[in-house]
Amino acid sequence: MSHASWVRLLERVGAQGEGFLAYMGGLGYLAVDTVKHTVAGIITRPRIKADETFYQMVRLGVRAIPIIGMVQLFVGMTLAFTLAPVLEDYGQLGQLATVIAKAVFPQLGPLIAAIVLTGFAGAAIAAELGTMVVGEEVAALRTSAIHPIRFLVVPRVIACVLMTVALSVLANLLGTAGGGIIAWGVLDIDPWEYYHTAVDALLIKDVVTGLVKAAVFGLIIVTVSCHEGLSVRGGAGGVGQATTSSVVRSIFLIIAANCGFTALFYFVW
Amino acid sequence: MAESIEPIVEVRGVQKFFGGRQVLKDINLMVAPGETVVILGPSGCGKSTLLRTIIGEETPDAGHVYLWGADACCASARRLNKLRQRFGVLFQSGALYSSMTVGENVALPLREHTDLDPRIIRMVVKMKLELVGLRDFENLMPSQISGGMRKRVGLARAIARDPEILFYDEPTSGLDPIATSVIDQLITDLRTKLGVTSLVVTHDMKSAMRIGDRIAMLYGGEFIAVGRPDEFRDPRDQRVRQFVEGMADGPIPLRVSKTDYLEDLMGAGTGPLA
Repeated sequence: MSHASWVRLLERVGAQGEGFLAYMGGLGYLAVDTVKHTVAGIITRPRIKADETFYQMVRLGVRAIPIIGMVQLFVGMTLAFTLAPVLEDYGQLGQLATVIAKAVFPQLGPLIAAIVLTGFAGAAIAAELGTMVVGEEVAALRTSAIHPIRFLVVPRVIACVLMTVALSVLANLLGTAGGGIIAWGVLDIDPWEYYHTAVDALLIKDVVTGLVKAAVFGLIIVTVSCHEGLSVRGGAGGVGQATTSSVVRSIFLIIAANCGFTALFYFVW
Repeated sequence: MAESIEPIVEVRGVQKFFGGRQVLKDINLMVAPGETVVILGPSGCGKSTLLRTIIGEETPDAGHVYLWGADACCASARRLNKLRQRFGVLFQSGALYSSMTVGENVALPLREHTDLDPRIIRMVVKMKLELVGLRDFENLMPSQISGGMRKRVGLARAIARDPEILFYDEPTSGLDPIATSVIDQLITDLRTKLGVTSLVVTHDMKSAMRIGDRIAMLYGGEFIAVGRPDEFRDPRDQRVRQFVEGMADGPIPLRVSKTDYLEDLMGAGTGPLA
């Protein structure tokens, strides 16, 4: 490669890197603003909008229950089929529940719940806020002296974080149960034995780290999608773009954060 | 306009650039209490940008905007919000909150900024909707009413807290002649009955003549004529005349391309055919 093309390559890498840092900075500002308004909403007037938060919890989370439940059942069943032959080779088929619970509770439960929820909640939030920006609704809020962060972002953040954690609990249980169905139906493992093995194998650490990660994933989903939605420019095309990029970016950041947290918990706890 | 009265809005030397293009060139404007000022101009002349700058949605690149004597451009968020509670804005599309009913839209500013009893708020909402003739539509969603009705609801919401000044962005664009007259009459009524100050941005010559105490015509980012409506009936400036009389030919061109048409065409024809 010639000298000039090296410079061009370096330029492009640099521009991408700068764009990434600027984006993360934007997310950071939004997160700080949100925390400020949440704390202010708890200790002073005007209060956090409880009814709006509840409405968002139903809208973003409750509707996702069936799909997350099904997905987790399938994940658990797939795990059972994949792991059973390996364990059988080692004569450890009785430990199937251990392996599945250890995979689901700290990792797959929260991770897959968050990814499904990205499609549900993230896309919905980005599209909704984007449409509000295009329809001058956000400008109307600002000029009515109603802060869009307090009015729009804070209820969604609280709802999304709570619902991601709650749905992860469900995902953990159903994921493990999915493995149990195969263990019972195909591999002739007694369900009670499966249950007790799973409970014995799980440490508090497994459950807690999974739920802490779920909260962080929820925060990623809602921060990215609010940021994308509120920075929409240029009509309906902009809304579509914001929806797509909020899903792609959320999933990327969730998987990256999952890796980071797993490493952290490996060394620290 | 008497000099001794403190203006509600004072725009001093405001300039605004968008990507190297100067949209506003040294704008100066004063709006006195109780006055209705109309900013008139063709599409793309910068009038909406000027309005957005005055209400604090855009920051000027030079100059200042004073509201009730306070500099709105450099105000803290808290101070700006205090100022914003004293004015109402009617956006071009009405900008109703699509997830709330018509009634909830009108009630929102009251719910957010006052401690009024919910029953009182409901009464005020009915009063404001009656004023724009839409009391029966309280429980409908914005998507269930027409564009003109959305604008009227937007106006009801803008006056919900009895603001001292109202800003209108194209209040009559896209409305039929009857709805236009209704909105014009409302603007006039608010001024005569309640003494509300108004700043209206429009390209509708007829309604500007009807509602304005003063008209300022914006073209190319600067005011080219300011005066009473009757002074616009027989303007000397050819640009103003062209706009007032709505003529296709004149000093204001429809085409804004700077390159030569023939050259551009021939240039497109050279090179390999795809």
